[in-house]
Amino acid sequence: MLSVQNLEVVYQDVILVLRGVSFDIPKGQIVSLLGSNGSGKTTALRAITGLLDTQNGDITKGKIFIEDEEITNAQPSKIVQLGIAQVLEGRRIFSELTVRENLRLGGFTANDSIDENIERVFTLFPILKDRDKNTAGYLSGGEQQMLAIGRALMSNPKYLLLDEPSLGLAPKLVQQISELILEINSQGVTVLLVEQNANMALKISSHGYIMETGNIVMDNPSSKLLQDQDVQEFYLGLNAEGTERKSFKDVKHYKRKKRWLS
Amino acid sequence: MNIFLQATFEGLSLGAVYSLVAIGFVLIFRATDVLSFAQPAMVVVGAGIISYFSTQIGIPFLFAFFLGIILTGVLGLILERTFLRPMVGEPVFSVAVLTIGIDILLRVVLDNWIGINPKYMGDPFPSYGNFGSVNIAGLTVKYLEVTALITALMLIFVLSVFFKKSKYGVAMRATSLDQEAALAQGINVGRVFGLVWFIAGLLAAFAGFFITGGFNTLTNTSFISALRALPAVVIGGLDSITGAVVGSLIIGLTQAYVGYYQFDIESAYNIKLGNGFSIVAPYVIMFVILIVKPDGLFGTEEVERV
Ligand SMILES: Nc1ncnc2c1ncn2[C@@H]1O[C@H](COP(=O)(O)OP(=O)(O)OP(=O)(O)O)[C@@H](O)[C@H]1O
Ligand SMILES: [Mg+2]
Repeated sequence: MLSVQNLEVVYQDVILVLRGVSFDIPKGQIVSLLGSNGSGKTTALRAITGLLDTQNGDITKGKIFIEDEEITNAQPSKIVQLGIAQVLEGRRIFSELTVRENLRLGGFTANDSIDENIERVFTLFPILKDRDKNTAGYLSGGEQQMLAIGRALMSNPKYLLLDEPSLGLAPKLVQQISELILEINSQGVTVLLVEQNANMALKISSHGYIMETGNIVMDNPSSKLLQDQDVQEFYLGLNAEGTERKSFKDVKHYKRKKRWLS
Repeated sequence: MNIFLQATFEGLSLGAVYSLVAIGFVLIFRATDVLSFAQPAMVVVGAGIISYFSTQIGIPFLFAFFLGIILTGVLGLILERTFLRPMVGEPVFSVAVLTIGIDILLRVVLDNWIGINPKYMGDPFPSYGNFGSVNIAGLTVKYLEVTALITALMLIFVLSVFFKKSKYGVAMRATSLDQEAALAQGINVGRVFGLVWFIAGLLAAFAGFFITGGFNTLTNTSFISALRALPAVVIGGLDSITGAVVGSLIIGLTQAYVGYYQFDIESAYNIKLGNGFSIVAPYVIMFVILIVKPDGLFGTEEVERV
């Protein structure tokens, strides 16, 4: 289990972005983390994978555990070695390098299994095999997203953190990506799926957390969230009246505190 | 025609040496976003270390040479770790000023050691016949210059293979492109930074030897030659390795042509360009090119913000 407990994150010493966030990602599952723009989803991922440093962000409170090992503030390379890989928001492939070079870099910490992992990625994403020697920057958006996911798989992750993999993709490709996520999960990789596309995320995940301005405001089994009227209204675009998007704070749901919150 | 060929050969050899300095500068800038004005100082420090070991300690030249190269690389590594690493994330300008400080520090120490007598490298080049040169088809070719040209080309080749094939070479390119994404792959970016400064140090020391080898000697003014790598980099575009090489060749050729033809031009047009014109000429070329292409010949526009 990957467990985030009461996490508080501050950017530039003053901007409080996560205000005590807790969530669990049980082994073998797909868990989704939803929330509107700027609610702190990406920040939560950065905190897990040790990437806050480059953004001038700090964990000011809280802990992160993988199984029983604490990884709060660990180095990114160590976190990758422990089996957590993150697909960054916006793909962030190395555009001037080839597809294969991108994949090899994904396997930077797993040198011994690079060849077999490349084969595994090519089986999952046959299109990448055809583009093997192409410059990654010239791939289409969908292909780039597949490359980003494939690259993350190169480190043999136990936990895969996906930051908005459906961003900017046509519905058909979103469908394809969600099937691929299920396939990856069925191969034994636990997935945390951060999405704006709540509908897609909730359909393939078993549990969902909803985040707003640095707090988890709701967490429930995905099937239940899909039925929830407020979720439908705010995230699934099923708002019949077409009224302005309200904040969760205005409605009856209140932040359900976790027991380790004091 | 012979004079032209002679000037061209000397210019290319000079340019190849400058390109070693320029490539180090570009590597550092691309990977770490640092404009290292300490790079020319590393060149003369490298020469100083070689000279110290071979003429003062008295170990055989080849050992002194490779020791000097390695130690200059290590010096780069230490400078990165102690001065530059804590500055990660600070504005480009502040860090650039810091490197000017490092440059002054290195040169003060070195100049003190050099004193007033030129330092020899202890290399065998002066002892070759005809003052270290040979006549080929009417050209007077210095062994040192041929060696410089060949060595520089070989180093550039080795580097390109390193960047294409080796694990850390590809990681360096990735870090240059997107640091956060590199970190997310588990690449130890700190180690990459150190490695970049190490390589830049190695290259600087190679250049240092070729600039001061043979009868050239290391003096307090050798630094001026090393400094020509800076206009070369600006001409090529701060972030392009190809640009660094092309810019360096342009500077080297300019210097050589001016050296050979200045007197002819002056008498033909009845003008006086002055004694030091070959020193100024690279900067004149730099300004002309910057007017036409503000980002340098191969630079990306984004770099302009610097
Ligand atoms: N490097 C940074 N420095 C300062 N503030 C930041 C930084 N990165 C993000 N923030 C702020 O932190 C808040 C949360 O940002 P974050 O990127 O985590 O949100 P998000 O939920 O991922 O949003 P989106 O869905 O748009 O990707 C935002 O208000 C954002 O402006
Ligand atoms: Mg985000």
